[in-house]
Amino acid sequence: MNAKRYLSRSAAIAARGLGNEMMVMSATNSTLFTLDEVATVIWEALDGATPLEEIVAKNICTQYEITPEVALKDAEVFVEQLAEHGLLLLSEQPNAQSTSAPRGNS
Amino acid sequence: MSGLAVEMAAKALRLNIPLSVQLDLTYRCNERCIHCYLDHDDHGEMTTGEIKDLLDQMADAGVFYLTISGGEIMMRRDFFDILEHARKRTFCIKLKTNGILIRRKEADRIKALGVESVQISIYSHIPKVHDAITKLPGSLAQSIEAIRRLRAHGIRVTIANVLMTQNARDYAGVQGLAGELGAQFIMDPTVTPKMDGDRSILNLNVDESALREVFQNSALVGNVEEFCAPPQGPDEDALEMLPCSAGHTACYVSPYGDVYPCVQFPLPSGNVRRAKFADIWRDSPQLKEVRSITLRDMPSCSKCTHGATCTRCPGLAFMEGNMRGPSSQDCEKSYARTGIPSENLKARKASPQSFQIQELVQIQGLQRAAVNFPG
Repeated sequence: MNAKRYLSRSAAIAARGLGNEMMVMSATNSTLFTLDEVATVIWEALDGATPLEEIVAKNICTQYEITPEVALKDAEVFVEQLAEHGLLLLSEQPNAQSTSAPRGNS
Repeated sequence: MSGLAVEMAAKALRLNIPLSVQLDLTYRCNERCIHCYLDHDDHGEMTTGEIKDLLDQMADAGVFYLTISGGEIMMRRDFFDILEHARKRTFCIKLKTNGILIRRKEADRIKALGVESVQISIYSHIPKVHDAITKLPGSLAQSIEAIRRLRAHGIRVTIANVLMTQNARDYAGVQGLAGELGAQFIMDPTVTPKMDGDRSILNLNVDESALREVFQNSALVGNVEEFCAPPQGPDEDALEMLPCSAGHTACYVSPYGDVYPCVQFPLPSGNVRRAKFADIWRDSPQLKEVRSITLRDMPSCSKCTHGATCTRCPGLAFMEGNMRGPSSQDCEKSYARTGIPSENLKARKASPQSFQIQELVQIQGLQRAAVNFPG
């Protein structure tokens, strides 16, 4: 992934924090996903305006013992999987209308 | 429920999180179904602002599955305003409606707002039978038209069929209709008492032979031999079982802000106009009592051979006068399913005069029931 990527959550999803995990459901096919603690940190930081590299550097590498290269590679796989299921929208331009994620029971 | 959903429900139980809430927006309705358990007058519904604030509180408390029901939800002019707010708070939203007010514009909005599914009650595939139950001429045709519109938008629809004497022979026709419309089909063979305790509508329930016929139908129950297998009786593990999700990971909120363990369990447990939703969920003495009950605490059911496999509804037991007691309607279903009487049915047969249903003083004047909630 060379160009910067901006990611925002799809409008057609249900999501809620449950302990240190996140439940996410696609409204289009009712498939339920759970995100682990690290994936939840990324999910909550996706605002459509911050590039993935910056999210990983600020929110993952400062909190977990992982190199920026490995963290970014894992994060790219993760967001592409979510995008394939229609849970995320990928863009090469920042999305001005994005908002932060309401989490619940945080 | 998928394995992952079961896992999440177990986690919510451990963390005491209200994973699932049914919120009734109104008890007003454009139909007058003969088996309905509600009083359709408006006794002071929550305002748009109160409901939006409640949705915020519920999201913060961890509610994921939100069922918006009534009454007829579209009788609220602010329905889409409320739905839009629920979408912003990223609930997994299911709607229960008769669909009569869903035209193309409404179907467009429901689709755009990412509703997970819509449940519509169809009592019979025969207009005369369905319309006699809803007391609204033309209602079957209008509900079917709504289902077609929703399906054309790619929205998941479930047809719910309540079995009663008036439509006892029609469920296969409704199931066929659901297939034709591309809808899911669910059937409920139980008419429940009214929320004010009035049990007069229970005479609409089908008899044992009709129940037995349903339970022997593989198109409804799957493997009949397995479904109707004789029960083994509860073992030590089963005695620690919780009755159902009511009050444990789920609850119900009425249009007046009253919180109950479930829509079928009218134990007033707090009111969101007087206390925060999360405080009611966490601290309500009534919900704590519901949560404390396992099968071991039920004098009759813990000794019953059906104890571990019965569909006992604690709300129906409560409406019979004792939330730790049996639910006779479920005892009758267990008997129709297996041919083996429950402890409760045997005791009733031995001494019928000692089994009068107690008056439900707890819910007299339901809408005005003052629940003193600490804090």
